Amino acid sequence: MRCIINGEMIDLPAHIRTVAQLLQHFRIHEKIAIVEINANIIMKETYEHTAIADGDRIEIVHFVGGG
Amino acid sequence: MDRYSRQQLFAPIGERGQQHIREKHVLVIGAGALGAANAETLVRAGIGKITIIDRDYVEWSNLQRQQLYTEEDATNRLPKAIAAAMRLRAINGDVVVEPIVADADACLLEQVVARERPHVIIDSTDNFDVRMIINDVSQKYDVPWIYGACVGSYGLSYVIVPNETPCLRCLLEEVPLGNATCDTVGIISPVVHMVVAHQTAEALKICVHAQVNRKLVSFDIWHGQYRMIDVHKLKKDDCPSCSERRTYPALQYENETKFAVLCGRETVQIRPAHRGEREWTTLLSFLTKRGIQVEQNDYLLSFTVDSHRFVVFSDGRVLIHGTNDVQEAKRLYYQYLG
Ligand SMILES: [Zn+2]
Repeated sequence: MRCIINGEMIDLPAHIRTVAQLLQHFRIHEKIAIVEINANIIMKETYEHTAIADGDRIEIVHFVGGG
Repeated sequence: MDRYSRQQLFAPIGERGQQHIREKHVLVIGAGALGAANAETLVRAGIGKITIIDRDYVEWSNLQRQQLYTEEDATNRLPKAIAAAMRLRAINGDVVVEPIVADADACLLEQVVARERPHVIIDSTDNFDVRMIINDVSQKYDVPWIYGACVGSYGLSYVIVPNETPCLRCLLEEVPLGNATCDTVGIISPVVHMVVAHQTAEALKICVHAQVNRKLVSFDIWHGQYRMIDVHKLKKDDCPSCSERRTYPALQYENETKFAVLCGRETVQIRPAHRGEREWTTLLSFLTKRGIQVEQNDYLLSFTVDSHRFVVFSDGRVLIHGTNDVQEAKRLYYQYLG
């Protein structure tokens, strides 16, 4: 599956089908990430059953603490 | 006034907006890279009053990006809030500058916000514990605050307006662990300025009563990424900070001496349970008797035992450099200062 993640075309391994799996793949802790797919924000409690599809434009924002 | 002529020519501000800016009070929490740049921009813009809180002192590794400080400040280990205030007053003498050398904990922040009633709080801190406190104080006293953070070449910013936008706790179900974001990755100055550009633009909008940007902005200035996300759907009906059932969890103060490892600095900070001025004379004579050399200014004293450098602030706090181990720090603290 190919998705545009944070503006970059990325080939994802076949086993990644949900937002939760996607975050795990990038080692981003789900509770501190904000995910938008095709300009729709995804509620955290639905990460496990929100499917991602070929060609999706996905934005992942993670919070950092530095300053 | 000619001083602000270019800013007044900018139509959304105008002469009227400039007058509004002049009447506003901003609270900047943290006087590191973000705090220094936020403060300088707002002082140059002609803000009425700025209060700046910081617990730390100037070190050489700060000079690469913390624009208010000089080599002399680092040599003298001047507290950042004091060094910042001196520079800010030199930049614009019309602005009232109030420095506070202290740890921005729940107790202090509530006190300052309740007393000063600032119009906006600007986050320039380096950890989420403080940000959650700012988040609760903002809700409790109905003061907007502007989150800003950066690491490496990545940064983000978001404006929290009580009763209007989701709060930080709505967006973050958990406080992120510091490790992933700390000094190990480094930081470049341009991303600091990008974060500050967003924070100060929003602060000016709040000052002139213009509509703020409701979106979460994030960017990577090295890799050329920039995005804005509409997060209004993330507002939670049961948020413990901003919903009707709020309890302000970050303001529940536990009255105990706290030991905290400062991210990436090989330093442990100790905050004693009992506040107030630390007694210097006993400590000084104790150290002198042992032949330990002490350096001192009006705000802190420091000394080195073995490979550990102790910095003792007059408000009671202590930094122990040269360890990441809380147990070891406890031992050293109680050995020399307890
Ligand atoms: Zn909330």
